[in-house]
Amino acid sequence: MLILGGGNAALCAAISARRAGASVLLLESAPEHFRGGNSRHTRNLRYLHESGNEILSGPYAEEEFWEDLISVTGGETNEKLARLLIRGSTDLGHWMTEQGVRFQGPLRGTLNLSRTNAFFLGGGKALVNAYFKTAIDLGVEVAYNSEVQGLDAREGEFKAAIVMREGATHEIPAKSVVAASGGFQANIAWLKEYWGDAADNFLVRGSPFDTGLVLRALLDCGAVSVGDPRQCHAVAIDARAPKFDGGIVTRLDCIPFGIVVNKLGLRFYDEGEDFWPRRYAIWGRLVAQQPEQIAYSIIDSRSKDLFMPSVFPAIEADSLTEMASRLELDPAVLETTVAAFNSAVRPGVFDSSTLDDCATEGLEPPKSHWARRLEEAPFYAYPLRPGITFTYLGVGVDERARVLMKTDTPAANIFAAGEIMAGNILGKGYLAGLGMTIGTVFGRIAGGEAARHALS
Amino acid sequence: MPSPEPLAEAERLMTICNACRYCEGFCAVFPAMERRRSFLEGDLIYLANLCHDCRGCYYACQYAPPHEFGVNLPRTFAELRLETYEDYSWPRLLGGLFRRNGVAIGALLAFCVILVLVLVLTFQGPTALSSAAREPGDFYTVVPYVAMVAPAAAILLFGIGVFVSGFLRFWRSSGGRFRDLLDPQAHLRASRDALALKYAKGGGDGCNYPDEGFSHARRWLHQLVVYGFLLDLASTTLAAIYQHFLHRIAPYPYLSAPVVLGTVGGVGLLVGTAGLLYLKFGADDRPADGKTRAMDVAFLILLFLTSLTGLLLVGLRATSMMGSLLVVHLGVVAGLFITLPYGKMAHVVYRYAALLRNALEEAHDKAASTSG
Repeated sequence: MLILGGGNAALCAAISARRAGASVLLLESAPEHFRGGNSRHTRNLRYLHESGNEILSGPYAEEEFWEDLISVTGGETNEKLARLLIRGSTDLGHWMTEQGVRFQGPLRGTLNLSRTNAFFLGGGKALVNAYFKTAIDLGVEVAYNSEVQGLDAREGEFKAAIVMREGATHEIPAKSVVAASGGFQANIAWLKEYWGDAADNFLVRGSPFDTGLVLRALLDCGAVSVGDPRQCHAVAIDARAPKFDGGIVTRLDCIPFGIVVNKLGLRFYDEGEDFWPRRYAIWGRLVAQQPEQIAYSIIDSRSKDLFMPSVFPAIEADSLTEMASRLELDPAVLETTVAAFNSAVRPGVFDSSTLDDCATEGLEPPKSHWARRLEEAPFYAYPLRPGITFTYLGVGVDERARVLMKTDTPAANIFAAGEIMAGNILGKGYLAGLGMTIGTVFGRIAGGEAARHALS
Repeated sequence: MPSPEPLAEAERLMTICNACRYCEGFCAVFPAMERRRSFLEGDLIYLANLCHDCRGCYYACQYAPPHEFGVNLPRTFAELRLETYEDYSWPRLLGGLFRRNGVAIGALLAFCVILVLVLVLTFQGPTALSSAAREPGDFYTVVPYVAMVAPAAAILLFGIGVFVSGFLRFWRSSGGRFRDLLDPQAHLRASRDALALKYAKGGGDGCNYPDEGFSHARRWLHQLVVYGFLLDLASTTLAAIYQHFLHRIAPYPYLSAPVVLGTVGGVGLLVGTAGLLYLKFGADDRPADGKTRAMDVAFLILLFLTSLTGLLLVGLRATSMMGSLLVVHLGVVAGLFITLPYGKMAHVVYRYAALLRNALEEAHDKAASTSG
């Protein structure tokens, strides 16, 4: 059988299928160095557990998990699959540890354990390395640099994958297939279908290999689609980040502590609406809607050390005029924007750890919290661009991870796991660490089911 | 001053790592990094010397080469450590030996063996080379006691002096105060971390050494070397006590404490150094620094030869091989002692200083979190 993809879901499927006795070939489009898709950039996963342990600080029960899911998706979820996911995630850490994954224990003094999410020791690439090692030791055959460009499948019956490898096209037949190749967020041409030329200014936070070719092939073969094709998870990241694969270090947490202006020197959204972890995911879209898809977060010297250090140095200026020229903004407009903001700030007690009472009055858009006058030079700025994490479009599946066809029947031997089917559960929004949960739970289901089909 | 390249590179990497922090579970380097927002020279040499080269962070890094960020922390830190050893050694002229350590140590070793041989031939005559040690004092017919002990003690004292001065200057430039050196709790914690090789465990499953897989092999072999070395040190000290205070003159019986300690320690050293050399030759060289590797290999070979010639000497002391073996052994030991401050032994000094500083910072964190 074939596994299409080389990230968490693909590896969990490969390991499960191999353990069930199938002969497995895994096709990874990336070279070995960049294997693992977006799982390379992950850090933790969320799973059900009855009590705290050495890697989790307390219990996380089914109802709480369910409510967390409902609150982020606004109910846009397939309850049957979501319940299956939650129950299937029970004590996932044990299984993962058996496959070689290592988790991070409590650190002396600095970092407390999370209650809901277990952190991988060394992050997602370490997890990917562990799974590849286990899979290969078990006898899974792995082919890197192997891009699946099409599928030979009719009426839900898979025959072969069309694979581009070392400049030549191969047709690789198999008895069953697991599609675990992620979304299409690295496919700028595809993004342009929904975003137009603005997509040229998007940065892709993860793997450049997530081009969605398998997803498109499945849809072309008549698979049911789930998720809004125009939706993506995007955050505002440092505009100086690489086009692809910048990952975690390009994130910026400074936005709540200053103002954000666009290319015209104007503010466009409430920077202090809520705590940053609850708001960061809307800022990608906000910046994407601005001219040339660029914006600038400007803080003054008082706020310099209030957020996680970031990888690119702040742009520094001793005056707003100088800052405007550094950022190539109209100095008069920037000064007017800052003056209007400063005069709207009403007195309060600044506290970055609470939703404090530092807010603006009579300003549009307002700044609801952490509003302090921008006045103590030097000023610092960070340029922002939309950084796309993943797309929501996927294929529908049933509880056995079989891909659903438009004929209202599940495909005979095509299974899907991971981001490519995450839209069944995450209709919108995001819950930290849930992508890895979906990949692991449905990867295991898909691998087992596909193996059973291949062996029958 | 370390040269600007590894320093600038280390600063660049720490800026990336501090924005990522995925590796914080591996060792003490990352929590120490998280205590800082910017990295001055003193911070960087401290962090570099705190690194135990377990390489967990290299294999786990999504920014490792060929990613355009090209993060290779173990290699950069190894380069910076070598700079540290060079910068803080004395005299500066000899510090340069760290750059060409393999050649320097090899040449010096040959020179020492030949020198001892020439001295023995000149002063004791060729018959000394074929004498055996059966009666107390027989060793000293080959090399008189004073000639054996006095130069060794002088060289060793000089080496210790170089290390103490290096330690103190390192301490100052990494921002430490003198009175911090008098904190017994910090010494206790640092010694424990050092003697247990705590940070050579990676996240618990061992180093990623010699390759991507996790293994405790390097740590256990290193422990054989450390404790083998300490046992040999104990054996020599005990022998000196026998000689000076109990007036018992070597050779000692095979079941006497100095011989048993020395033999067990010698076997530990032999197995440990051979094992480390074996691992090193098969090791992934991407996270390694070539100059550091040459230094490591030179030191391991030197320790291996010291222990091999010592064990042979003990085993064959009653035969006519004794005279020649003693010459070779003393030559090797002289080579080891002379190069001690200009080779891998330096890592013990600066690693300990870094662990001590880390212990102080951890205690400070703890005090801050309980009072806050």
